[in-house]
Amino acid sequence: MQFGLNESQKILQSNARKFFAAECSPADVRRIMETGTAHDEKLWSHMAEQGFLGVLIPEDAGGMGLGMVELAALAEEMGRALVPGAFISNLLAASAIHAAGSTRHLAGIASGKIKATLALLESSAKWNPEAVAMPAVTGEKMFVPDAAIADVIIVAARDNGELALYAVDGKSAAKTAMPSVDLTRRIYKVAFSGGGELLARGDAAHKALNHALDVATVALCAEMTGGMQRTMEIAVEYAKTRKQFGKPIGQYQAVQHQCADMFLWTESSRSAAYYAAYALDSAIPDARAAVSVAKVYASDACRETGNRGVQVQGGMGFTWENDTHLYYRRAKSSEIAFGDATYHRERIAQLVIDQARSAAV
Amino acid sequence: MDLNLTSQELQFRDEVRAWFSANVPKDWVKRRNAEESMQARFDYLRQWQRTMFDAGWAGVSWPKQYGGRGATLMEQVIFIEEMARAEAPPMANVLGLGLIGPTIIAYGNDAQKTRFLQKILSAEEIWCQGFSEPNAGSDLAAASTEAKRDGDHFIINGHKCWNSYAWAADWCELVVRTDPDQHKGLTVLLVGMKAPGVEVRGLKQMSGESEFCEIFFRDVRVPAENVVGKVNDGWRVAMGTLMHERGTFGAALQVNYRRNFNRLVEIARERKLTGDPLVRQKLAQMYAEIEVMRCNQMRAFSRINETGVPGPEGSIQKIFWSELNQRFQQIAMEVLGPYAQLAHGSADAFDQGQWAYNYLRARGNTIEAGTSEIQRNIIGHFVLGLPKSY
Repeated sequence: MQFGLNESQKILQSNARKFFAAECSPADVRRIMETGTAHDEKLWSHMAEQGFLGVLIPEDAGGMGLGMVELAALAEEMGRALVPGAFISNLLAASAIHAAGSTRHLAGIASGKIKATLALLESSAKWNPEAVAMPAVTGEKMFVPDAAIADVIIVAARDNGELALYAVDGKSAAKTAMPSVDLTRRIYKVAFSGGGELLARGDAAHKALNHALDVATVALCAEMTGGMQRTMEIAVEYAKTRKQFGKPIGQYQAVQHQCADMFLWTESSRSAAYYAAYALDSAIPDARAAVSVAKVYASDACRETGNRGVQVQGGMGFTWENDTHLYYRRAKSSEIAFGDATYHRERIAQLVIDQARSAAV
Repeated sequence: MDLNLTSQELQFRDEVRAWFSANVPKDWVKRRNAEESMQARFDYLRQWQRTMFDAGWAGVSWPKQYGGRGATLMEQVIFIEEMARAEAPPMANVLGLGLIGPTIIAYGNDAQKTRFLQKILSAEEIWCQGFSEPNAGSDLAAASTEAKRDGDHFIINGHKCWNSYAWAADWCELVVRTDPDQHKGLTVLLVGMKAPGVEVRGLKQMSGESEFCEIFFRDVRVPAENVVGKVNDGWRVAMGTLMHERGTFGAALQVNYRRNFNRLVEIARERKLTGDPLVRQKLAQMYAEIEVMRCNQMRAFSRINETGVPGPEGSIQKIFWSELNQRFQQIAMEVLGPYAQLAHGSADAFDQGQWAYNYLRARGNTIEAGTSEIQRNIIGHFVLGLPKSY
C-alpha cells in the first residue's frame, strides 16, 4: 500500500512549486487580481507550456494524459501560490467535453489558445444538475466563473425537458460582472440568445456533467489544501516572531493550539483530497462519496483555518497588506463552488443512507 | 498511489479472516453488552487470549524469536482490522501485548525477556502500567514514587493512579524516582503486584465501572535485576513505551466506528428519522469524518512503511479519533431521542443500553493516552516549531 505521491508525481509537484514561486509571486497575484478579469495572458501561456492546462486531456488530444493524483498534486501547488484565473473553469469545461465523448476544443484548451468555462447555475442557485431549467440555449446563467475571457462556454440547458450540454461561442454571449468576495477568480452573469453545438443530452449529459463536477471538485479540494497550508504557514511564522509580554505569542497555548488545529485540518483535508483523487482514478465503488467527503471536510476546514489565520495575527491579520485575507476570500468562494458542506452532506446521505450501501463494512 | 494489498498481504488477510471466522466465540457479541462481573469477564477474555496464543495469533507484531509472528506493519494493520471486523473479543493482557512486551523487547535484558515475554503472550501473567501519579499526570517527569537502593534491592514508596487492569495484574511496569536531584532521574522497574506492601484500590469512573485503579506502595522490596534499561534512564524507556500507544491500534477504530455508524443508521431508519434533513446532515457529517480518519490512518501507515517513522499526520490521530468519537456519541444520543438515556439493565434500551455507556465512556477519550491539550502542545512544538509553552 502506498498512500502518497510516487517519484514522478513528486517531481511534477516540486516543478510546479518552483514554477509558481517564480511566475506567480504574491506581488503578481495582487497585480493580476487588480485587472478586473483576474487573468494574465503571459502566466496562462507559460502554464500551457508546462502542460498544466492539459493534465487530464489525453495525449492524442494534445494533453499530458495524466491522472487525478497528478492533477491534485498540481492543484495543491496552485492553491498554495493562490494562482489567479481560470484553471478550474477550464478543467471543468474540458472534463465535461471529454466525458461527453467529444474532443472538440480539447487541443486548444491544452495549448492555452482556447479558454473555456462551464455555465451551470441559474437564479435558483442550486448545484444539482436537476435544477437546470434554462431552455436550450436562451436565457441567463449566473455565477459563471471566468466568463469574460472564455472563448467557449459549455452550457447546461433543457432540450424538450431533457438535460443537455452545448458548446457555445463565448463571444456570442453577453456578460455582466458579478462583483464578489474572491478577487482572484471572477464570476459573471451570462445571457445567451440561441446557437451552440450539442455535446450530449439525457443520460449522457447527466453523466458527463456529474463526472466533470466530481473531477473539478477534487481539484478544488486539493487547491484548498494548498491554500490552507499557506495560511497556516503565514500564521505560524507570525506567531514565532511577534512578541508580547516579552515572549513570542506562539508560546502561549491559546495561540499555539489554534495553530495545531490549523495543522490538523490541513493534513486531514490533504488525506481526503488525495483519497478522492485516487478513488476517481481507480473507479472504486465509493468514489462519489469520497469526493463529497473531501468537499465536506475541506469546505469547513478551509474556512475555519482562515478564521484562525486572521485571529492568530491579530490586527495585522486584518489588514489589506497581509496576504491572509486573499486566501480567506478564496476559501469562501471555494467553499461555495460545486456545493458547500451542506450540499455534499446531503449527497452523502443519498449515497450512503438511502442506498443502504453502508451495510458493507 | 496504490491502496491495493499485495498478493502476499491478501493471502495473509484470508488466513486471518478464516481463523477468526472459525474461532470467534459465537456468544461474544451478545455477552459484550450484557452485565457481568469484572472478574467473570476478565476470565473469559483471558481464556480467549489463550485460544489465540495456542493458534499463534497473540503478539503478531512481536519478533519471531520472542514468540510473535514478526508481522510487517501492513500485516499488523490487516490483523487488527480483521479482528475488529470479526467482532472478536479483545485479549485480556492488552497492556502486556501492546506496550510492556514491546518495551521489554526493546530495552530489557535477556534474562527479563526469557522470564516475562512468553507469559505475556499466553496471558499467564497479566500486566499493568504504573506511570501517572496524583501530582504527575501530563507532567510525567514530576513522578515522585521513590525507589531507594538497599543492597541488591530497591525499596518502593509512593502512590500511582489511573492504572487500568491493576486489579487483575500480576506485574506492573513502574516508573520510579531514583535521583531526587535530577528532574528526569527516573527508572523503570518491573514489580510483582502480589509483593508485600502493594495495595490496589478500584477507582470508580463516571461511566460506572472500575476499569482504573490506584496503587499504593509501602516499603515494597523489588530486586535490582528488575530494572529495565539503566538506573536513571527511565525517562527514555517510558517514552519508548508511550510511543507504542500511538501505533497501529487506530486500525481497529475505523472498523469499529464504521460499524457503530451503520448501526446508528439502522436505528435512525427504525425511528423513521432518515428523512429528517437535520438528521441526514448530522449522520453524513459523521460518515465524512470517519472516512477522513480512515484516510489519515492509511496515509500514516503508508508513511511508516516507507520511512520507518510516522509522518505529520501521525500526530493528529489521537486528537482526531477522540474528538470524533465524542461528536459521534452526541449525535447518537440525538438520533436515539428519549431512548438515549436508557442504561444497562433497561429492557427498553437499544442495544442493551450500550449507547448510554458509550456516551459516558467517550468523555475519557480526550484524556487517556495523552490529553488533547498535550497532543496540541506536541504538534505546536515538535511539528510546527513553536516555542515550548511549559
